[in-house]
Amino acid sequence: MILTEEEKREAVEKSREILKRHDSSKGSLIPVLQEVQSVLGYVPPDAMQEVAGHFNIPSVDVYGVVTFYNQFRLTPPGKNQVKICMGTACHMRGAGIIMESWERVLGIKVGETTLDREFSLERVACVGCCTLAPVAVVNEAVHGKMTPTKVDGMLFSHRLANPKEKEEKPGE
Amino acid sequence: MSNKNASPALEQLRDQAIKNRASLEGKTLILVGTATCGRAVGALDVVRVFREEIERLQLDAAVIEVGCMGHCYAEPMAVIYKPGEPGICYGYLNEGIAARLPQDYLVEGDPCAEFALAAMEVHEYIPTFQDFPRGLIEQKAVMEHCGYIDPENIENYLAVGGYGSLAAALDRNPSEVIGEIKDSVLRGRGGAGFPTGLKWEMCGGSQEKTRYVICNADEGDPGAFMDRTILESNPHLVIEGLAIAAYCAGAAKAYFYVRAEYPLAVERIKKALQQAEKLGIIGKSMLGTKYSLDIEVFQGSGAFVCGEETALIASMEGEPGLPRHRPPYPAVAGLFGKPTVIDNVKTLSYVPLIIKNGAGWFRSIGTEKSPGTAIFALAGKLVNTGLAEVPMGTTLSQIIYDVGSGIAGNKKFKAVQIGGPSGGCLPEETLDTPVDYESLSKAGAMMGSGGMVVLDEGDCMVEIARFFLDFTQKESCGKCTFCRLGTKHMLDILERITKGEGRPEDINLLLELAEDVRAGSLCNLGKTAPNPVLSTLRYFRQEYDAHINEKRCPSLMCKDLIAYYILPDKCERSCDACVGSCPVEAIFSNEDRIKVINQEKCVKCDSCLVACPPQYRAVIKVSPPDEVLRREKGVK
Repeated sequence: MILTEEEKREAVEKSREILKRHDSSKGSLIPVLQEVQSVLGYVPPDAMQEVAGHFNIPSVDVYGVVTFYNQFRLTPPGKNQVKICMGTACHMRGAGIIMESWERVLGIKVGETTLDREFSLERVACVGCCTLAPVAVVNEAVHGKMTPTKVDGMLFSHRLANPKEKEEKPGE
Repeated sequence: MSNKNASPALEQLRDQAIKNRASLEGKTLILVGTATCGRAVGALDVVRVFREEIERLQLDAAVIEVGCMGHCYAEPMAVIYKPGEPGICYGYLNEGIAARLPQDYLVEGDPCAEFALAAMEVHEYIPTFQDFPRGLIEQKAVMEHCGYIDPENIENYLAVGGYGSLAAALDRNPSEVIGEIKDSVLRGRGGAGFPTGLKWEMCGGSQEKTRYVICNADEGDPGAFMDRTILESNPHLVIEGLAIAAYCAGAAKAYFYVRAEYPLAVERIKKALQQAEKLGIIGKSMLGTKYSLDIEVFQGSGAFVCGEETALIASMEGEPGLPRHRPPYPAVAGLFGKPTVIDNVKTLSYVPLIIKNGAGWFRSIGTEKSPGTAIFALAGKLVNTGLAEVPMGTTLSQIIYDVGSGIAGNKKFKAVQIGGPSGGCLPEETLDTPVDYESLSKAGAMMGSGGMVVLDEGDCMVEIARFFLDFTQKESCGKCTFCRLGTKHMLDILERITKGEGRPEDINLLLELAEDVRAGSLCNLGKTAPNPVLSTLRYFRQEYDAHINEKRCPSLMCKDLIAYYILPDKCERSCDACVGSCPVEAIFSNEDRIKVINQEKCVKCDSCLVACPPQYRAVIKVSPPDEVLRREKGVK
């Protein structure tokens, strides 16, 4: 995903703001990255460089931490984030089927964002709602007892509530 | 260090809390469970409707958000205490029922028994929780107040005697308190079962002045949610336990390490810490003593391996979470090289109770070697899923059939998976096994942190083994070669088997690899990764054989080995339920208006099978897939 100059500048500015509030002991590295992600939604390369400079460590070390932990994402998330729980209980109750349904209706694979950046699809380990399996988390709201038709319904109601102003040309 | 003035200071706080609560006396109390499990099914809407109705009817009532009582299957739940009457617990609520209850019960006096789950005390015509088999087996210690007190209001906790154990501990020498914990034989509830008192003593006896205590709430096992529920329902209990542990270990700094996937738990701990600090219970010179403790919340970043203590420490130091060799144990050299005690949420929750009731009380529950209670997260194909606290030594069948009310949907029990990715699957013949550390290990599973997923006849054991290996393989940190590559190879083999491409020599290869991965890994993630494979091979070998030799999945679960088929003699013809449900338009009507599935288009999403009305049940799964051809040609 190619970032615009505007996005790059925002990344640098926001990171500097966050870094001002933290000391440079290495124990603060993960909390700082978490804050960057919560502000920007992802951790872009420019932010990683800012962070590396602040802690006086090579950028590759920051990259190592960011890619080690599942929580951090390197690409901008969609406006609506869909996370499918892949825990044991959900798996046994058909999380794979739910995942495929989302992939089918959104036309993307897990880990990707739709071209219009409207939706992104992710898998998460257990969200701890095993009794409601299978579970999907859409924008932090937990939806239990999912079915393929419920997936269709959720997308449909979303499209009804957010009509596109005009059809976008494919590829844009 | 002790100067015996913590208890009077706390007494004052408690009196104040009880006085403040007096304003609620004479009021109707409506407690709604708003832990994550409740919120996921609309508990917040129920709260809103209750508040609106009370406002509209001008009732003298208060709606209080509480945690989870453990009956997650019946969420959203509410307990209504009408003055002068026993409390009644309502389950499976929705906005409609919530809109009715205040009018019907509070105004007109009809308790609406049809929506009631149970009464909290003896009631004229509603049974109590104790009247169910579950009530007889369950013994609530840690979860005693979960679902009954407001987790966001410290006064609720103070009024039920909260922080009394911390005050009592502060008035004694750390060594006395450690003695009490050692005497209770409390063992770590994170899974390994290390004696807690011993750990504290090791850290407390260190020459090093800077020490740390960490509460490990990085509950990563898929299928486990005990720690989340406790933190969301009664955060002060865990804070109290953590503070006592810190006092005993002589630490001035303590941390909560909570996983990122639990936002509500983080929010409630933070709120609870603020309140405790404001009252002077935590912080500088706690409760008027010379002891000071600072507690901070550290959020994990979604790496399963960080539940392992040395990896957890690495991640707090800003490194990738790679485990390291032990010894030295963290109690000797942990966070930033200083002595560090790391205890699980449940372990710390028992501490205040042991201080309060004495070591003898704790030892009187459970078995001799594993005293106390065990908390299990029941999930999977059970009728009543949720959280259960039972004495150690309770048998598996009691937990599954009495507490969980057996298997849902009239299906047959097949296996119970205990201990998450490190544990194993136990079949029906082992159901008499008592749950304690030793018995479960002997049967081929492990205590783990307490996740229990029940599987029925429709669950394929090869697929289960593949699922867990897929998990450990993804979560392996990559430090040890055997864990990084061995699990990958095992996963490849299992994937091959579930796709019907298994070879006869695969089973021996799996066994060999399992041995190597176990021997060649540093931490327990790798050491226990082969367990799901080994235990399924031990008890369900015939399923592996069916996949490999007959290319057939006996449980009709492995997608590549099944096909959906509509029985022509059962199809109702004029019904279109399956056609409408199919997301890829693979179902069509033939000349007799019987529905037929185009196997090339079918994505095996299960929708048609669910959609087919129960009086017809015309859609079935068959394995192997060419069974469809055989049937379509009419060859019997």
